[in-house]
Amino acid sequence: MSSVRVLVGTRKGAFVLTSDGKRDKWDVSGPHFAGWELYHLKGSPADPNRIYASQSSGWFGQQLQRSNDGGKTWEPVGNKFVYDGVPGTHQWYDGTPHPWEFKRVWHLEPSLKDPDTVYAGVEDAALFRSTDGGQTWQELSGLRGHGTGPRWQPGAGGLCLHTIILDPSDPQRIFIAISAAGAFRTDDGGKTWKPINRGLRSVYIPDPAAEVGHCVHHVAMHPSRPKVLFMQKHWEVMRSDDAGDSWLDVSGNLPGDQVVHPDKDGTTRKFDLKAFGFVIDVHAHEPETIYVVPIKSDSHHFPPEGKLRVYRSRTGGNEWEPLSKGLPQSNCYVNVLRDAMAVDRLDKCGVYFGTTGGQVYASPDAGDTWAPIVRDLPPVLSVEVQTLS
Amino acid sequence: MIRIVLPAHLRTLARVDGEVQLEVAGPVTVRSVLDALEASHPVLQGTLRDHVTLKRRPFVRFFACEEDLSHDPPDTPLPDAVVSGKEPFLVVGAIAGG
Repeated sequence: MSSVRVLVGTRKGAFVLTSDGKRDKWDVSGPHFAGWELYHLKGSPADPNRIYASQSSGWFGQQLQRSNDGGKTWEPVGNKFVYDGVPGTHQWYDGTPHPWEFKRVWHLEPSLKDPDTVYAGVEDAALFRSTDGGQTWQELSGLRGHGTGPRWQPGAGGLCLHTIILDPSDPQRIFIAISAAGAFRTDDGGKTWKPINRGLRSVYIPDPAAEVGHCVHHVAMHPSRPKVLFMQKHWEVMRSDDAGDSWLDVSGNLPGDQVVHPDKDGTTRKFDLKAFGFVIDVHAHEPETIYVVPIKSDSHHFPPEGKLRVYRSRTGGNEWEPLSKGLPQSNCYVNVLRDAMAVDRLDKCGVYFGTTGGQVYASPDAGDTWAPIVRDLPPVLSVEVQTLS
Repeated sequence: MIRIVLPAHLRTLARVDGEVQLEVAGPVTVRSVLDALEASHPVLQGTLRDHVTLKRRPFVRFFACEEDLSHDPPDTPLPDAVVSGKEPFLVVGAIAGG
C-alpha cells in the first residue's frame, strides 16, 4: 500500500511525519537537529531514501545533512559554499553596493535522475550544485555573472535564491527565483541565464516593469506541462505559458490589499493590489488546479480577517474558491512561508502546508477538507512530501 | 594535551561527549588549536571560523583562564595553563537574543 512521508523544516529542528495512504493517522519523528533552523529538506525523486537537509544557525553557520534511510539517521556532508571568483557586489537595501556574503541554504533540489546530484539555492543569492551527494559544492556562477547581479536587492528576508525547478522534459533547463530580483532561466544546464520577468508589474519599485527587481515569492510547475509556470509574487499570482518568457496576472477574485504609494508624478495614489502570499503549488494530477494562501500585507503577514483559507483555482488562475473546512476561521494570525506547501501523488491528491504557528495541515481530498497533523511545532519553514509505494 | 570544551550544539554535531583532547604540534595558539580541532573533527569546519578567511564567526567566542581571547591575534600563544592541560580552552556560543 502506498504511504506518504512529510518532511517539515522548522525554526528549531526537523520533523518527519509518516502515514499510510489513508492519511488519517500519523507518526511523528523528531526533532532532528534540535535547536537548529531547518530551512528545507527534500528527498531525491530517484531514491526516496536519500534526503538532503539544510541545517543552519546564527551562531555556527551552515551544515548540510544527508540521510540514506528515509530520515531515520543522518550524516553531515559538505558545508563549504564559496562563490566562484571575485564575488563582486549586489545592491544593499539603501541602494549602495554590498559584497556578496554567503549566509545559508534556503532550498535544496535533488536531481530528478541522480541521487548524488543536488542543487542548493543560497543567500546571498546564488545557485550551487553537488554531484557527489553533497560532499562538495560548486557555484553555477553564470547566474550571478550574467549581467543583472549588481542590480539585485534583498527582500525583507534577505537576498535569497528560494526556488529551483528542474524541467523534467529538458535536463538543460532550470528555473530559479530570487527575492527580490525575480525569476531566471537557463537552457544550457546552468552556464548562461536570462531574466524571465516580462509581464510582471510591481508598482512599489522605481520601474514597475523592470527587467529585474521583482519580489518573486515562489514558483511552481506541473511536471506534465513544463512550459506552464505559476508564480506567487509579493502581490499577484502570475502565470506563464511560455516557460517564463511572458507572464499574465491571474489573481482574479483573490483577496487583496489597498496600498497608498507615490505615483510616477510624485503624487500619492491608492493601489488595489491583489493576492499577497508566499506559497503556491499545483495539484498532482490536474495541471490547471493550483493552490495559494492569501496573506494580508504589506506588513501584517497574517490571513485576512483572521481566517485561514487556502484558495484553489481549477482553471489555472483567475477563478478562485476559498477552502476553509477544518481550518481555523477566527483569531488565526499565522503566516505560511514560501516553501511550506506541497502535494502528494496519491490517487486523491493530498495537499499539505505548515504555518508559523507550528501547525501542519493536511487535506487528503485535494483541499476540500483539512485537519492538522501536528499543532505545536516550532514555526514551520518548509514542507515537502514524498509519495512512497 | 590540549583540552577543548565545545558548546552543546557543536558537541552534538561532532558526536563528542565531554571535552575534546588534542595534541597540538608547535606553538599552541588559537589558530593551531582550531587547525587541530578541525583536522580531528572535519564537521566543525566552517562552524567556528569562515572556511576561506578563517575569521572567527561573530557569535563564537574563545575563553581560557577567565580571559576573553576572542579578539587576540590568532597566532598569540595561549596561556601556559592551557598548554599544560591544567585549564581548558573554551569555545562559547554568545548569549544573544531577547
